[in-house]
Amino acid sequence: MKIKAKGPDYVEIDYTPMIDMTFQLVAFFMILINFSEGEQDQRVQLPSSALAKPPDAPLEVPITIQLVQDGRISMGDDKLYPTAESIRPLLSNEKYVLESQGRSIEDATIVIRAHKDVKTGQVQKVIKVCQELKFQKFSLRAKSETGY
Amino acid sequence: MAIKIKKRGLPDKIPIDMTPMIDIVFQLLSFFCMTLRVSEAEGDFNIKMPLAAPRAGAPDPNLVPPIKIRMRADPATGNLVELVINESAGGINFSGANRWANLNKHIRDNIGEGSLAAATEVELDCDYALKYEYVIEAITAVSGRVTPTGEVVKLVEKIKFSPPRQDTP
Repeated sequence: MKIKAKGPDYVEIDYTPMIDMTFQLVAFFMILINFSEGEQDQRVQLPSSALAKPPDAPLEVPITIQLVQDGRISMGDDKLYPTAESIRPLLSNEKYVLESQGRSIEDATIVIRAHKDVKTGQVQKVIKVCQELKFQKFSLRAKSETGY
Repeated sequence: MAIKIKKRGLPDKIPIDMTPMIDIVFQLLSFFCMTLRVSEAEGDFNIKMPLAAPRAGAPDPNLVPPIKIRMRADPATGNLVELVINESAGGINFSGANRWANLNKHIRDNIGEGSLAAATEVELDCDYALKYEYVIEAITAVSGRVTPTGEVVKLVEKIKFSPPRQDTP
């Protein structure tokens, strides 16, 4: 009588579904990823509003001005400007770039992302500087209150 | 004598080692997981504010006068202490926890939600030290409301600011 020696059993696992799921996750994150960190300064806590809904279409020429809690201003770079007057050269530069591209200053929208505790007077000063440079369209950004 | 003839040619199956590809995919997944930032939805209140030129001649009698909302703040904390509408014409004071809802109701009762609302302008006169969140609440209160079904009903669309007040030391 022959007794067959049984060696260790090897169980082959099919990794195909796991690899499929991994590719699905990679595709998901690739679609979601947003590198425009300059437009959302984490120091700015926006006030919330039930009526603040994301716009239907992206703004034509957005120029984002962010005010942190103590009123200092950020315009996308790492520097914080102390007063509204100190960003006048930057805004003039933006205006010059627009005009050199053949676009009207009326196409630009000043997007104001101000901290909820910043003084209103400081926001108004920023608006005044923009108005003096002939910017006309403004967007006051707020956090959207969801009803979930 | 048996002659063995070996079959030459490609084998039936070519094993491809997928391990490096899967490694790279996991690397990419880790990168995207670490760089993903979930941010809250943001919305805009669009305001058109040209630097108005002085008007020549008499004002247009057909224009609806703007509704002026005066907001006074506690200079130390910046919190809203007084909310008055049309102060120069007697004024209606809104206070308490429901002041924004009451302001919204007042606007709706006096102007309605039709073409008159679209033509009406609201002017916000705020103290320098007032916290910005109160301005957004005021704009929300005059801009419309959200119905229980989630529909947004627009009210006043023209909003402007009074000249900024001086910062009181």
